[in-house]
Amino acid sequence: MDTRTYKIFRYDSSKNEKPKFRSFEIPVEKGMTVLEGLIYIQDNIDGSLAFRSSCRAGVCGSCAMHINGKYRLACETQIYSLKSKTVTIRPMAHLKVIKDLFVDLEPFWEKYKLIKPFLQPGEPPPERERIQTADDRLRLEGLIDCILCGACQASCTVCETHPEYLGPAILLKVNRFVEDSRDNAADERLEEVSGFNGVFRCHTIFNCQEVCPKELDPTGSIANLKRKIIKKKFGPAKLYK
Amino acid sequence: MKFHNAIVIGGGLAGLRAAVALNQMNVNVGVISKVHPLRSHSIEAQGGINASLGNHVRGGHDDYKKHAFDTIKGSDYLADQKAATRLTQNAVECIIEMEHWGCPFSRTEDGKIAQRPFGGAGFPRTCYASDKTGHVLLHTLYEQVAKFEYHSEREQIKIYNEWFVTSVVIIDGVCQGVIAMNIATGELEEFRADAVIFATGGAGRIYGKTTNALINSGYGMAIPFHAGIPLKDMEFIQFHPTTLYGTNILMTEGCRGEGGFLENNKGERFLAFYDDSKKAMEVAPRDIVSRNITKEILAGRGFEDSYVHLDLRHLGERRIMERLPEIRNLSINFAGVDPVHELIPIQPGQHYTMGGIDTNINAETRALGLYAAGECACVSVHGANRLGGNSLLETTVYGKIAGESAGEYILSGGPAKRDENIMKDSLKKDEDKINELLQSSGSEKIADIKKELNDVMDSNVGIFREGKSLADALDKVRELKHRFKNLKVTNKERNLNQELINKMELQGNLDVAEVIVMGALAREESRGSQARTDFPKRNDESWLKHTLAYCTPDGFKLEYSEVDVSIYEPKERKY
Ligand SMILES: Cc1cc2nc3c(=O)[nH]c(=O)nc-3n(C[C@H](O)[C@H](O)[C@H](O)COP(=O)(O)OP(=O)(O)OC[C@H]3O[C@@H](n4cnc5c(N)ncnc54)[C@H](O)[C@@H]3O)c2cc1C
Ligand code: FES
Repeated sequence: MDTRTYKIFRYDSSKNEKPKFRSFEIPVEKGMTVLEGLIYIQDNIDGSLAFRSSCRAGVCGSCAMHINGKYRLACETQIYSLKSKTVTIRPMAHLKVIKDLFVDLEPFWEKYKLIKPFLQPGEPPPERERIQTADDRLRLEGLIDCILCGACQASCTVCETHPEYLGPAILLKVNRFVEDSRDNAADERLEEVSGFNGVFRCHTIFNCQEVCPKELDPTGSIANLKRKIIKKKFGPAKLYK
Repeated sequence: MKFHNAIVIGGGLAGLRAAVALNQMNVNVGVISKVHPLRSHSIEAQGGINASLGNHVRGGHDDYKKHAFDTIKGSDYLADQKAATRLTQNAVECIIEMEHWGCPFSRTEDGKIAQRPFGGAGFPRTCYASDKTGHVLLHTLYEQVAKFEYHSEREQIKIYNEWFVTSVVIIDGVCQGVIAMNIATGELEEFRADAVIFATGGAGRIYGKTTNALINSGYGMAIPFHAGIPLKDMEFIQFHPTTLYGTNILMTEGCRGEGGFLENNKGERFLAFYDDSKKAMEVAPRDIVSRNITKEILAGRGFEDSYVHLDLRHLGERRIMERLPEIRNLSINFAGVDPVHELIPIQPGQHYTMGGIDTNINAETRALGLYAAGECACVSVHGANRLGGNSLLETTVYGKIAGESAGEYILSGGPAKRDENIMKDSLKKDEDKINELLQSSGSEKIADIKKELNDVMDSNVGIFREGKSLADALDKVRELKHRFKNLKVTNKERNLNQELINKMELQGNLDVAEVIVMGALAREESRGSQARTDFPKRNDESWLKHTLAYCTPDGFKLEYSEVDVSIYEPKERKY
């Protein structure tokens, strides 16, 4: 039977020990995912291994981790697609490790709440649904699809140097509301992300866009927000006369 | 010790909807969830949610009564008719409310909420957001919770992320609270409350071939069951006709609603060969389509004796990208086929638990102050077979009702009697149980027992059932329960011990599995999702009744209760 070596980051924050990598040799077959490999290890070799998973279908955002040089969803990554004899796995960066691949996501969720992530229509609702044209709805494609796995934040070098920076996932969420024809708080939202830890921290490095497992474009969202803020401040672009 | 007036267990749609309802009544609420709410299984729902909005060009004459009738007929007349009617009567309001909260539904040309046809429905009434309906609904509800958590003058909604409930405490028929474990530290804590709502989701992982998330263990049903609350109609398990061969990831009913075909190994649309599906074809109800796929495979007209094909190619790339983008992603990522150009290999798989914690039409269980809603509950609105798009609806409608019932109970004074000692005792009992589990030094592996349970449920308690094989399955489950006592553990620490949690859940799974098999074996008829080859007909005279399973000191016992058929007379179910 074909095998692979999993090299996994191990650390237990409740103990006074240094982090280390541990290797496990596991049997693999066609179709097997990186997550299935982790489950195999937990079930059969070492029950103390800790990692998150839930949907196993790439939609819940639980299992983002650093796999062979890139942030990916473990459940969506076929082992064979890595084309390597070893599978090296680290937890998401810039977050405290609780145990092994299980990081403390609270700072991420705190940022999420900061941006008022809910519709603010500014007026009482009609009796039936609000009308939204198909075109207006289309503007939300790619913005409502984020699964908040955090891969983009972990890959972002600005998030590393500036822990207070809201980060790509959160700014994409801001853009989701700014672009929603039913929301009436764009000015306030733009104001809030125009500060020190908002959009202008972004150096347009494109890491977020590159790693997003849902192929979304947080960099594009950030650019859109920047454009809107500048336009608000200086008015529409005038032809140079 | 922690205290909230209301405690909701589960951060899926039903749990969050209940929490929002309680918050709107200004009741202090704590939500306990073993995963972050947005990682709940509800996020996976694809196809849509039913309401007779009448927005579709062919939906003008739809109304809640027709929706109720379809639901009851779909249930093979085992649904309680007033409960089903309450579901459909509240549907429009619940969907509109979600839209007002910001849910980005797909839209019709005139900008209203879009609707699509689904199996067993007289009109296109399934509201959707492409094929990510669960995702957008759960995000919308969580956004509302975040709003209240941070920006409200009302009482708080406190979320306990990654806490695992181990037991519910009931004394003299009155609920006192729950015991839960902080997964990160492994410490147990008392959560005292006036009212507790279970919204812990389905039990799909008792089966191997299932569309359910890895976390859907069914332990949430075992907890109240162990505390004396009956489980209702557990033998009714829905098998979804179209799950991806290999991983059993769901290919939504929307694929067929949008016009997809099912084809055998000769390329024929074989549903035309069967009396019960030849008229409705691909949009016949799930139980019927699942059975006919299985028959087709058994007759040698499948592929590798395991699957048939779902064909979307004629829909064209634009429509697939617009209506079914996630289906395309899943097919490419998990089966290596692109539905724009290729056929998708599919087979039926476990999908939904119709049965659950017995509740009445107000989401009340038999203990005062204990409620249940969503997939873990059985009101019953789905009876012997759920219609697609009705369970998301159930989570919002009955989640809200559960919240409101609990809120009224709390505001009118809550439990007459509080017993703090019993909470302490319960914590101690769970503590002992965990220590025992950690110390066991047997030779059986958790994964092996789980695998054997999954295998026997797949093979003997699946789409077609028969007395002898059900009896064998019951023996097998009991043997596994026996072997469970001899488990091996490799991790003896308390902090973040996922092996320990797997073990506790497996124990619950085994009990719930036993209840499923007992109910299926006892019910000597075919109705909805239960197809007994030895009793191929529905038998209203003897079996138009709900199964109730009780956990007693002398083992599990079955009783039966009446079905509410006060509105529509049971008829033969034809499509
Ligand atoms: C792939 C798929 C697609 C589907 N598509 C549709 C569809 O299109 N339309 C439709 O109507 N229905 C659909 N369904 C069904 C529907 O999604 C579910 O029935 C519904 O989402 C269940 O919601 P819930 O709130 O009851 O439970 P869940 O969303 O499963 O939430 C359960 C919650 O309970 C928590 N929990 C469980 N046990 C414990 C414990 N011991 N301690 C602490 N917390 C615990 C979990 O953390 C979780 O937050 C689909 C189902 C599947 C499998
Ligand atoms: S387990 Fe849900 S995204 Fe991987």
